[in-house]
Amino acid sequence: MTQYLLNINPIAILVHAAIPLTIILVYALVAIWAERKVAGFIQDRLGPMRVGGWHGWAQSIADLLKLIQKEDIIPADSSRFLFKFAPFMMFAASYAAFAVIPFSSSYIGSNINIGVFYLLAVTSVLTLSIIMAGWASNNKWSLLGGMRSAAQLVSYEVPTIATVLTVIVVTGSLNLMTITEMQSGNDILGFLPNWLIFQNPFLLVAFVIFFISILAESHRVPFDLPESESELVAGYQTEYSGMRWAMFMLAEYADMLLLSLLGATLFFGGWNSPFGEFMSGPFWSFFWFMLKGLLLVFVMMWIRWTLPRYRVDQLMYICWSILIPLSFINLVLVALWEVIF
Amino acid sequence: MIEAITDSGERREMTINMGPQHPSTHGVLRLELVLDGEVVKHVKPHIGYLHRCFEKYAEQMDDYAKVIPYTDRMDYVSAMNQEHGYVLAVERMLELEVPERVEYIRVIMAELQRIASHLLGIGAFGLDLGAFTPFLYLFIEREKILDIFEKASGARLLYNYMAVAGLMRDVHPEFKDEVADFVKTFRPKIKELDDLLSYNKIFVRRTANIGVLPVKVALNYAASGPVLRGSGFKWDLRKNDPYSIYDRFDFDIPVGSGEMGSLGDCWDRYIVRVKEMEQSLRIIEQALDGMPDEGDVMAAIPKRIRPKEGELYVRTESPRGELGYYIVSDKSASPFRVKARAPSFVHLSMLPAISKGALIADIVAIVGSIDIVLGEVDR
Repeated sequence: MTQYLLNINPIAILVHAAIPLTIILVYALVAIWAERKVAGFIQDRLGPMRVGGWHGWAQSIADLLKLIQKEDIIPADSSRFLFKFAPFMMFAASYAAFAVIPFSSSYIGSNINIGVFYLLAVTSVLTLSIIMAGWASNNKWSLLGGMRSAAQLVSYEVPTIATVLTVIVVTGSLNLMTITEMQSGNDILGFLPNWLIFQNPFLLVAFVIFFISILAESHRVPFDLPESESELVAGYQTEYSGMRWAMFMLAEYADMLLLSLLGATLFFGGWNSPFGEFMSGPFWSFFWFMLKGLLLVFVMMWIRWTLPRYRVDQLMYICWSILIPLSFINLVLVALWEVIF
Repeated sequence: MIEAITDSGERREMTINMGPQHPSTHGVLRLELVLDGEVVKHVKPHIGYLHRCFEKYAEQMDDYAKVIPYTDRMDYVSAMNQEHGYVLAVERMLELEVPERVEYIRVIMAELQRIASHLLGIGAFGLDLGAFTPFLYLFIEREKILDIFEKASGARLLYNYMAVAGLMRDVHPEFKDEVADFVKTFRPKIKELDDLLSYNKIFVRRTANIGVLPVKVALNYAASGPVLRGSGFKWDLRKNDPYSIYDRFDFDIPVGSGEMGSLGDCWDRYIVRVKEMEQSLRIIEQALDGMPDEGDVMAAIPKRIRPKEGELYVRTESPRGELGYYIVSDKSASPFRVKARAPSFVHLSMLPAISKGALIADIVAIVGSIDIVLGEVDR
């Protein structure tokens, strides 16, 4: 252990830490602006148009500057340390998980053998930070939001993990780089890329379950109960303002991207180009990877601006009575398929 | 003082204030909820945050006509209907006949306002359940109605357009075409709404079997309007006690049928409003056909109205239900007493009865489905 620590190059660590952080920050600014534009276009209006000139591209930057200037309010009866700590812990949880995401054919933060396992383990800290925020605020609405999210995230981790397991059954590896490399080439029906989603009909089912679960995991509509505006005011975020609130937003969007990228890696061939050798290489692989992830993010936004919200008991019903049995049956079927073919 | 919540006894329950600044209490309503987990044990509505002494003002105005702007401010979402009820009451007190053209314009305005009010009501209902987009789609349509009102009266929310014995001013020359245009473009939008919201699986699951109001309870509480009709009781003052010229029009009274769940649930109350918009369109079309093109918009009345001594109660069908004005005159220039019977107030009083055992999310749905306007509750 000591030997290992001594061998670490601090500059390399900084670089590896800075790359995902840059990606997340740039993405968050773009995604928050894009969310508002998508909402605008879906709702037959324009969205932000003023700041920065072209279609209000600088809106998120202006919002960020405003949030930095805001007074930092901590409720009098709150648990001060936990209240201050929760947003940063939430962001840290999603940020740390980016270490094992293979951004490009030649870049992965940490090429460890238990990549998927690490990712799922680290992101479960999110639940803890939400409960922390809900409890520390000393506000009844926050507490309700925190409790809801605890129930929701813990429940939906089960189908998420079950569907990830189906992929692992097929690939036989927990390393996300290896999983991606196994999906190279265009052999299915002569032209389709070897992505897992095309390989096996049960993996398609697995993807649908996975996508529903990550909607709930990143608490997006129709499963946005922890912060459901019309019921719980703002859920666990009710007492937060200024930069701490911005950290929650950042963590939420980072979480969306993380889970979308995980979906892209597991089912859509990660950084593989859909055209085989054409447009491949380190840069293009990064491009394809982000494109796939952002497409899934876009679908999440699209759903958000179309559907109403489920009720808390219905949410639990969907998870425990539909998704979990289905995902386990699916796991067995995928395993059988692998044995037979 | 921080109270601890324990597992048993009284301490198991948590009291929480929903409002007056809560995003989905439709204004300044405060609900005191007693919760066991997320299950609501008791609901206690607290009102009065928007009390503006309407009745006292009405007595002090020294003029019957000066009360009209205050009626606007009661139910600010359907100001035309509020004015309509009041001017009808005063006219009946004076035993006054108003010109034919005025009656038609009033009916068209009242029905347009009913549509505008329902658009806001069901849009906000969807918003309460997390559906943001239908709300804005409906606002686009509402905007068109407000444009027509603006051209006619100069205002977009509180019109002060109807006057005792007539209208403040005649409608603009393109009025008929604009209304006909609106009717034509609005019909397909109802279909669009059905696709996007009414029959949406999630929406149905959130509203069916929630806040069931049996017809007997509804009658005991004196519910009216879409809330009563949602429980399957065919009662519409435009048909059952026709006022103005409503007896000339052919339209149906949509009632709830328990199509998606049980009779009188939130979905029934919602769909009654959607269907009522279609009926209002039918009334508007017929009124446009019958409306005289020329004519006075003001009957001859003295400058100061002094009705003879007496009292009367006139009720009209506002978008929210039975809107009644009880006016007492002592032969002076200002009414001795004006009492408004507001449907929202009655419907809000039913809330504790229909929301026992619901979840917090259901309370939001129930409050949205009875479609209260706090200006009218508090007056």
